[in-house]
Amino acid sequence: MKSLEELAAIRDRMKNRVVLREGSGETRVVVGMATCGIAAGARPVLNAFVEQVANENLSDRVTVTQTGCIGICQYEPVVEVFEAGKEKVTYVKMTAEKAKRVVEEHLKGGKPVAEYTIGNN
Amino acid sequence: MKELSLNILDIAQNSVKAGARHIGIHVKEEGPELSFEIVDDGCGMKPEQVEKLVDPFFTTRTTRKVGLGIPFLKLAAEQSGGRIEVESRSREDFPDDPGTRVFALFYKDSIDYTPMGDIASTLVSLIQGADGIDYDFTWENESGSAGLSTAEMRELLGDDVALSSPEVLAWAGEYISEQLEEINANQ
Repeated sequence: MKSLEELAAIRDRMKNRVVLREGSGETRVVVGMATCGIAAGARPVLNAFVEQVANENLSDRVTVTQTGCIGICQYEPVVEVFEAGKEKVTYVKMTAEKAKRVVEEHLKGGKPVAEYTIGNN
Repeated sequence: MKELSLNILDIAQNSVKAGARHIGIHVKEEGPELSFEIVDDGCGMKPEQVEKLVDPFFTTRTTRKVGLGIPFLKLAAEQSGGRIEVESRSREDFPDDPGTRVFALFYKDSIDYTPMGDIASTLVSLIQGADGIDYDFTWENESGSAGLSTAEMRELLGDDVALSSPEVLAWAGEYISEQLEEINANQ
């Protein structure tokens, strides 16, 4: 059973680590979380990105954030990846499974997953 | 929306966009009834905006940030035999006490009742998205009450650990799920 006291343990565990504030990452993953995105399934996509980025220890250079309606509602869930010095990559019709592959191949491996991008849908 | 918890996420995002610092999400189960309210201290709306909220075809550009969210909620509530209520105090008219309250009532025994779904996931998404906002979540029913307050979490975590840290989010998701299981919340 989880208890509130565990938060104190998390605090103590993290105290010894260098705390990297949000926004310090050079890569930004933006998930559309307006009505259109939520209705199309953005919630599991967002949570999959958060989980996988943590699991793969990418938190120091990848920031996951939320935004409103991007304007292409028919392609939701939409995820945009911004990397310093590179062109933005727009992923469309995302799922939690696809998110895992994007973390693995794009955020970790450096190669965008072309078949999920807007140009291929 | 396939789950009421998605409507809750959607409506709470309106509170976030309205600049709220405190957002309360309170679910109540009583017999066949399930209701929830989302209360915030955001910028609020003028009476004429509140009036237009429920009509998706009457949404003007100034109220576009609301869009289909409230109509979807109204549809879900009414198709189960329930209703919604929206009350708001705009910052202009109530500079000391602005805010909005969205209330929705559902009947669980209706064939057209939308299940609550994964409310823990909704709360995790909300906490992830807004480090500066405090959420107060409660769920009450005949077996007891459950809940989570981010202000309380912040106190225990101190200033060095962000609420949006993956470890904290994972804890919050599991904590809420277990709490709701304890009181047999109808999810």
